[in-house]
Amino acid sequence: MGKSLYEKVWEAHAVRTLPNGQTQLFIDTHLVHEVTSPQAFGMLRDLGLKVRFPERTFATVDHIVPTDSLREPFADPQADEMIRQLRQNVKDFGITFFDVTSGLQGIVHVIGPENGITQPGMTIACGDSHTSTHGAFGAIAFGIGTTQVRDILATQTLAMGKLKVRRINVEGSLPPGVYAKDVILHIIKTLGVNGGIGYAYEYGGSVFDRFSMEERMTVCNMSIEGGARAGYVNPDQTTFEYLKGRPYCPQGAAWDAAVERWKSLASDPDTHYDEVVNIKAENIAPTVTWGINPGQGCAITDRVPNPAQYPEAERAGLQEALTHMKLEPGQPIKGVKVNVAFLGSCTNGRISDFREAAKYLKGHKVAPGVRAIAVPGSQVVAKQCEEEGLDLVFREAGFEWRGAGCSMCLAMNPDKLIGDELSASSSNRNFKGRQGSATGRTVLMSPLMVVAAAVTGKVSDAREVFGVGELVGA
Amino acid sequence: MALEQITQVTGRAVHVPGNDIDTDRITPARYLKVVTFDGLGEALFYDERFAADGSQKPHPLNDPRFKGATVMLVGANFGCGSSREHSPQAIYRAGFRAIIGESFAEIFFGNSTALSMPCVVADKAEIEALAAAVEADPEMLVTVDVGSLEVWYSDQSFKVRLPESAQNALVNGRWDPIADLLEAGEALEAASARLPKAARQKGEK
Repeated sequence: MGKSLYEKVWEAHAVRTLPNGQTQLFIDTHLVHEVTSPQAFGMLRDLGLKVRFPERTFATVDHIVPTDSLREPFADPQADEMIRQLRQNVKDFGITFFDVTSGLQGIVHVIGPENGITQPGMTIACGDSHTSTHGAFGAIAFGIGTTQVRDILATQTLAMGKLKVRRINVEGSLPPGVYAKDVILHIIKTLGVNGGIGYAYEYGGSVFDRFSMEERMTVCNMSIEGGARAGYVNPDQTTFEYLKGRPYCPQGAAWDAAVERWKSLASDPDTHYDEVVNIKAENIAPTVTWGINPGQGCAITDRVPNPAQYPEAERAGLQEALTHMKLEPGQPIKGVKVNVAFLGSCTNGRISDFREAAKYLKGHKVAPGVRAIAVPGSQVVAKQCEEEGLDLVFREAGFEWRGAGCSMCLAMNPDKLIGDELSASSSNRNFKGRQGSATGRTVLMSPLMVVAAAVTGKVSDAREVFGVGELVGA
Repeated sequence: MALEQITQVTGRAVHVPGNDIDTDRITPARYLKVVTFDGLGEALFYDERFAADGSQKPHPLNDPRFKGATVMLVGANFGCGSSREHSPQAIYRAGFRAIIGESFAEIFFGNSTALSMPCVVADKAEIEALAAAVEADPEMLVTVDVGSLEVWYSDQSFKVRLPESAQNALVNGRWDPIADLLEAGEALEAASARLPKAARQKGEK
């Protein structure tokens, strides 16, 4: 019987069995940001411990960074205190830090891959649930709490239980205008926001074989929104080509050896999975959320649910979502008025996202009354966009072109919804209050759908707005 | 390190109904701009409990009948979303010592266990019956017995579920794993020596 990548990586990293039956798992790469780490460094100091392997931890600042100006001190004194604490901690403990002045700062899940810090077969952890992003490289990557950040700093290990593995095959061809974001929103809608509890998701099939690394990252990123703590794609030629020559990747003979090792880690053809799910690519439409969790989604051509048509037990939850979103039961989702368009985040803040959005946005204008912001995932992405002139496309259309950070995905910096504004967002969570206002509303969608919403001022079908499909092969 | 053995939690209970209650609702992100966990109890369910003008909204945690409760009753997939430990920290610091739910998001569950706060899983019908009993008599004591994996109240009881590793960690006072992890000693250096590491290559800036 063959083994999955998950099992192979797990076995290679098991240090020992702990007294409570869990495994002590070695974590190759630890990523740190300013929000979930200060208490961990505090606990470490209280215990009189050092960072055991400082060369295995990499830090950056992303959540609280203003995207309009990096002038210090930051206008928000709490944010300023957090960046100063992180600087002190990385200095005290000898940790590599991608500061705002480095030219390499950005969202932790964007800069890990772009620097080649994320590599196949690694275990990767970060005090951030979207660490699942790094699974796109065939790493086992997952979010952890702050006490666990301390555990890694002190020992480079975690006390973990093994997950089951659910293989999700997406076979066929995605229709024009359907993107990786739609694939993962469709998967979560199908399997539920808690369907992945206890599982790692292994994504595969011809759609994933053809996907670029950035598309794979978009899908793996949102595994946690389906309840799966980790999600991954087996490493292949696409993975190796993306990584070759990146600053933290091996070179020369060491590179060749690494590629051979990485190939051997991919799931064996005769792997027995705990569960297999098959999805037809042709059945996936441009997908948007209508509710208050990422599983409450529908095709752009659909209507939002009418609770009266659902079983009694589900009605209260559906009605709560509709009430928060200020939607009528059974109304079409297309046409709902949009106040804000947000393009960015660890889900869709990479160069390919901006290129694809700019390709269609060019020549259009943001609708009057819509506040549209484009936030690159990292300083490297921002620079690349600017070199390609993409920033001008966004600016000329009426978008604000910003600096790198998490921004309005979770609104820990000044980028926030006001009152009950509705945001068309390329981010990952539509929870109540997520984008900075308790009554704010979020509709999740692909980057192209965000720019379609920006130019029409409504939740729109990008295929109609931009004639997507007609451009294929053009 | 001698830690408290969590064998039983007894106290009054409060029911916070609803499924998929995410960590943004438990602790809105603006309360994460802190460098310690002190005072987070105040942030608990803030936007669910208070309107923008600071006035109270109807919420079980605002109901004086349930003040001082130490056991929280919740629905399915409680604690989904972000990995922020601030959420279980806020619940713990607001005085709660155990949660009974239909299911828990994994990261939340692990964070809670490491704080010595058991999150036990029960059937929906059992939780609803208990919630009705609490509503009828908010003074009623509820016991979560971590050893026998049972919940007792009034003259009733029902079975709950908890992964063996978490039960073991709680009842044996090993819920904070740091001492066990440190015990690996030089096995950590051996593991680091054989496992891959991302290192900046020479010739790269």
